[in-house]
Amino acid sequence: MREHSSIYARNLTRRFGDFVAVDQISFEVSVGEIFGFLGANGAGKTTAIRMLCGLLTPTSGEAWVAGLDLFRQAEEIKRRIGYMSQRFSLYNDLTVAENIRLYGGIYGLRLADIRRKTDELLERLQLKDMRRELIEELPLGWKQKLAFSVALLHDPAIIFLDEPTGGVDPVTRRQFWEMIYETAAHGTTVFVTTHYMDEAEYCNRVSIMDQGRIAALDTPAALKKQFNVSSMDEVFVKLVRRQR
Amino acid sequence: MSVSRFLGFVVKEYRHIFRDRRSLAILFGMPVIQILLFGFAVTTEIRDVKIAVLDLSRDATSQLIIDRILASGYFQLETQLADPAEIGPLFQSSRVKAVLVFEEGFDARLGKGDQATIQAIIDATDPNVAQSLAGYLGAILQQYQVEQLSTGLPLQIAVQTRMRYNPELKGVYLSVPGLISIILMLISSMMTSISITREKEMGSIEILLVSPMRPLGIILSKVIPYMFFALINAGTILMIGRYVFDVPIAGSVPLLIAEALLFVMSALSLGILISTIAKTQQVALMLSLAGLMMPTILLSGFMFPIDNMPWVLQAVSYIIPARWFNIIVKSIMLKGSDFSDIWQETLILVGFIVVFIGLGVKRFKVRLD
Repeated sequence: MREHSSIYARNLTRRFGDFVAVDQISFEVSVGEIFGFLGANGAGKTTAIRMLCGLLTPTSGEAWVAGLDLFRQAEEIKRRIGYMSQRFSLYNDLTVAENIRLYGGIYGLRLADIRRKTDELLERLQLKDMRRELIEELPLGWKQKLAFSVALLHDPAIIFLDEPTGGVDPVTRRQFWEMIYETAAHGTTVFVTTHYMDEAEYCNRVSIMDQGRIAALDTPAALKKQFNVSSMDEVFVKLVRRQR
Repeated sequence: MSVSRFLGFVVKEYRHIFRDRRSLAILFGMPVIQILLFGFAVTTEIRDVKIAVLDLSRDATSQLIIDRILASGYFQLETQLADPAEIGPLFQSSRVKAVLVFEEGFDARLGKGDQATIQAIIDATDPNVAQSLAGYLGAILQQYQVEQLSTGLPLQIAVQTRMRYNPELKGVYLSVPGLISIILMLISSMMTSISITREKEMGSIEILLVSPMRPLGIILSKVIPYMFFALINAGTILMIGRYVFDVPIAGSVPLLIAEALLFVMSALSLGILISTIAKTQQVALMLSLAGLMMPTILLSGFMFPIDNMPWVLQAVSYIIPARWFNIIVKSIMLKGSDFSDIWQETLILVGFIVVFIGLGVKRFKVRLD
């Protein structure tokens, strides 16, 4: 089972001294699923993502990412995942083409492949004329869309999106989610954290973390039914209040 | 890590540098400006210092001595005084640096075999200059005396001073080696620590750490461009020193470059160490300025002689790489020393590199977990 899931975690725990940031979380994400990873600030979301990406070593538990053991094959996992965060997307002082080339190079893509993919990508995003523009000249929404495409350049099995749409206008967010759906339809698993509860509705399944534990995990529809409310926003508020 | 991936990353770093005007100014403007400033303006040499004379005896000998002093080229007569009361206001208006007072009956006393006195009153608001002035005046008078005596007395001891390695006592002989260490320290540690913390501040370091690139590869590729620019600057300073200020390079140039490379590596490893401590560029800048630049300028023997420092500061100077590098550069450039003369200092630099890199790597790992 764990080799077939896209992500499989069992009792995954991370302590910092006495503080338990992530407390025995268990969940599974299947291939091609859009998995929403929610939680208030400080709930342990970031620590969990960092562990799954190989940035942090878990204290205990078990985890498999893209069919690989997180404890023994962290380096191989890095080749098979993509990562994008709203905090940093692309180097502002490099051009569009230079950024793509850099990321392609980091993931060991061949030059010919990078060139082909650059053309395809710019065509798809209608950014062909911006090829030689510095990233800082681009509007934020375009930057985020480009960053998402660049994170997918090496065809990862899973893409981790850490609050990808922060500060972006509603129209661009909508377009961004269309890209997420398209990506998932091609079989790439999407693991996404967000603060926007309307975005949580777009996910196939949603987990809500609170104080280091997974407090709820189901489809948005089932969660709303379970808490007898009409929106994910209310689910979130009700859940977090109940826990405190 | 593959070579092409590594090179791609080095190219990225070059682009960061060449597209940032501030980096360019620091990398290429500052070294040249500093060496020209230190070479031309900041000099402790004595030349054409304005003096006044209060000659109360007005005889042949006093006139002879005044002529000798003025003929030396170090001093220039600003004014002749007639009254001791004029001395105070003259100093206060900063018109002269020194006043020579010949007592009454100067010639007559000498003729009788008595002791005759010349009083030199010197403006000591700048103690270094005052000291040099006193020294120069003393030397001129001494020489005059020896010449006078040689006509009469059979027995005499003449001190012949020879200033080796820097016969004209040029300050720029000291500032060129000193500046090389300051510039190399500045570029290698300050610039690299800032460029690494910039990636931390922007968050790009996470993207890089999530990628298959190893932390060591990330750091090396960030460091290499700065190493390159540091060496270019060392070369520029040497050339300006050699061809603009006539500072000789007596020893082997390849040895000098090899030693500079060692010093650069010790500075780079300090820069990396700082970047593991500092979370923001601001902090990295402050740490490098206060923790590295100040000691390098003040305690490396460039500005002030280490032997005259209190023991606490002397102890601190031992752990400043520039202290040892200054000795190395001065030995090679001015004395023409070869490796057998400076192997101990070289070994100390190597020791620094090992310790700093060890600490940096350890801290980098701690930070990752």
